[in-house]
Amino acid sequence: MSTVADSTRVAEAARRVVQEHDPARGGVEEFLAATFDAGLAWVHFPEGLGGLGVSRGLQAVADTILQDAGGPVPFALNPIGYGMAAPTVREHAQTDELKRAWLRPLAATEHIWCQLFSEPGAGSDLAGLATSAVQDGDEWVVNGQKVWTSLAHQARWALLLARTDPDVPKHKGLTYFVVDMHSPGVETRPLRQLTGQAEFNEVYLTDVRIPDAHRLGAVGDGWRVAMTTLMNERSSIGAGGGRRGTGTIADAVGLWAARPDLHTPALEDRLTRLWLRSEAQRLTSERSRATATVDGPGPEGSVGKLVNAELNQQVYRFCMDLLGPEALLYHDYTLRDLERTEDRLGPVQQRFLRSQANTIEGGTSDVLRNILGERVLGLPGDLRADSGKAWKDIPRG
Amino acid sequence: MADATHFVFTDEQRELRAAVRRFAAEQSDEQVVRRLMESDLGFDPKVWARLGAELGVLGLSVPEADGGVGGTLVDQAVAVEELGAALYCGPLFGTVLLAIPALVAAPDGEVRDALLAPLVEGARTAAVAVGDRAGAFDPAVVTVTATAGGALTGTVPRVVDGAAADDLLVAATGPGGVGLYAVEGTAAERIPLTTLDLTRRQADVRLTDAPARLVAGPAEAERVITHALRVGSALLAAEQVGGAQHLLDLSVEYAKGRLQFGRPIGSFQAVKHRLADMMVDTEHARSTAYHAAWALGDGSDDPALAASIAQATCSAAYADVAADTIQVHGGIGFTWEYQAQLYFKRAVTDAALLGSAEDHRARIARLVLATASGDAAPRVATGTEAR
Repeated sequence: MSTVADSTRVAEAARRVVQEHDPARGGVEEFLAATFDAGLAWVHFPEGLGGLGVSRGLQAVADTILQDAGGPVPFALNPIGYGMAAPTVREHAQTDELKRAWLRPLAATEHIWCQLFSEPGAGSDLAGLATSAVQDGDEWVVNGQKVWTSLAHQARWALLLARTDPDVPKHKGLTYFVVDMHSPGVETRPLRQLTGQAEFNEVYLTDVRIPDAHRLGAVGDGWRVAMTTLMNERSSIGAGGGRRGTGTIADAVGLWAARPDLHTPALEDRLTRLWLRSEAQRLTSERSRATATVDGPGPEGSVGKLVNAELNQQVYRFCMDLLGPEALLYHDYTLRDLERTEDRLGPVQQRFLRSQANTIEGGTSDVLRNILGERVLGLPGDLRADSGKAWKDIPRG
Repeated sequence: MADATHFVFTDEQRELRAAVRRFAAEQSDEQVVRRLMESDLGFDPKVWARLGAELGVLGLSVPEADGGVGGTLVDQAVAVEELGAALYCGPLFGTVLLAIPALVAAPDGEVRDALLAPLVEGARTAAVAVGDRAGAFDPAVVTVTATAGGALTGTVPRVVDGAAADDLLVAATGPGGVGLYAVEGTAAERIPLTTLDLTRRQADVRLTDAPARLVAGPAEAERVITHALRVGSALLAAEQVGGAQHLLDLSVEYAKGRLQFGRPIGSFQAVKHRLADMMVDTEHARSTAYHAAWALGDGSDDPALAASIAQATCSAAYADVAADTIQVHGGIGFTWEYQAQLYFKRAVTDAALLGSAEDHRARIARLVLATASGDAAPRVATGTEAR
């Protein structure tokens, strides 16, 4: 439980960081390292590991002070690191020395992280993945192909889920590792997407050696460890919030206001529906945050990712329909280095194309509806054709 | 905008919710609802009196000085939500959603005080005949005229809870403009109507030189009626949330227990995904209804916008969830014996009362889109950039 004393302690620590470190002069990495050392990277983590051992709800107290002083939003700089790697490493790494060795550079954004989960043959059915890890003395030898890996070309470390036992049912034969992306045998290739850009990568792993010390959790316990990562991914994607009228809907409303020549009653009602649903979801996120501190997470907290993904698509489709034939042009399909592109989101046509991924990435909307149905509403699971079978006997294709 | 306490219920509000739920389970189960909806009066005045005098849930946001509990609109919304979940039969719409808020907003005076106290105690009931247009006050649709001496003449069609009401609050055009008047129910000719939803009655009200007392004169009437319609919209949204949640629970339980093709129908994704969407709509409805209750209570948001957001969302959600409930249940959902039809008809009724979802969206468009700036519009590619 958070107390007034904890809140004061967090606020004081944040003010000290701000007094002693100027993000504008000292640089982002130094500022974030100081934030880690002060226990403000994840206030609910233990002391010495970037936290103060206080309630997670107090993170906002620290973030407000740090960011009001011009501090960066670290999640934006190292999203997989902050959102997924940090909680998983903190909970499952083998020693405190390793936890600290990974977490401090992660927090400072000196080391970017990525995740090696999805494979060409394992998307929604992640537990069916085929990348193998075979033990060889104190090391594991990894072979396989991963896909949809964002930041792989920049990342120093990756979270890896690999199959260590093909002879047991799929969930039971997985083990979780941290892999050094600079290891021999790691090859990263950009994966071009339908927008023309390459935000993601394919990662080929060929005889990559990982020390057993970098295994997270027990051999065969990888699925349970992965749940730590995925639950955090979902809550970080679903967070949302913000002021009324901000977010994706602002693009549609802005375009509407800029183009009165294109207004029709049918389009107006369509936009109003989208605005209304955005506002209902925004209020739901606000309610979820307010009640989670009192009652824990409720059903309303699980709907954000699903709703926002579909809304994004509908909002940009509206923009395209508003523009009519004008929308049928594009700026440039030349593959460019995204890091050098100033306007990453690009013109509205690119945003429209990009939104097609929203209902797939981070859990497809189809699977999310299953999860809402089964985990929140308590409905029975679907029949599974692979239930109880050894992984190697499951048909793939 | 919203402070930290928004959306978080106090211990007292949780207890209130539990008490009303308990009362509704005892006094308004499905059998009772079915008996009352086919009775002459449409409700049980003894139970109504207990809601007022014993539970004290008819005037929760009425100031103590006016004989109320001195609580907030959120308290009242909690009680209305639970009564909506039980499809409680009684003049809630006329009395709690509209008449009491109108009287609370009306200028102090003997007429107001004499009317308000018995309504809060559950000793009398009221109906409001103001001729709203889509949930908003419009003097142009007032069909009743008032003489300088306060005698009303005219007809108001389809007044909810009008047939049994002890008091009628009527908007009438007098020499100085539109005022809000109180008429004894017995002074009006009332023609009870067979309603689509038998649990929410309506009557045509005909007034012929009916003696009336002035509640709010032309200088105040618009403000008073607008306040009542907005509070009524927020509370109606709470009722819609209560009904939608009840139907979602009912549908989920059915989908777990109903077996076809040798398995529970809830294990089929077609059914499971429909239920997931029903849950999303219900959660959205809940957020907008609670937001309206909090915002109208503490002034933290534009009341017209908050009320329309709630009504546009909740009207659509309840009606959609009710239709989906029938679908999930299949044939049984279409029968007279099964309760889905009762809620379906209430959902359709609530969606049309105080403005439809379309009406409220049109209002939102005027409040939001018409005032938006195009300065932050995203760039539009022109096809010439690459050259």
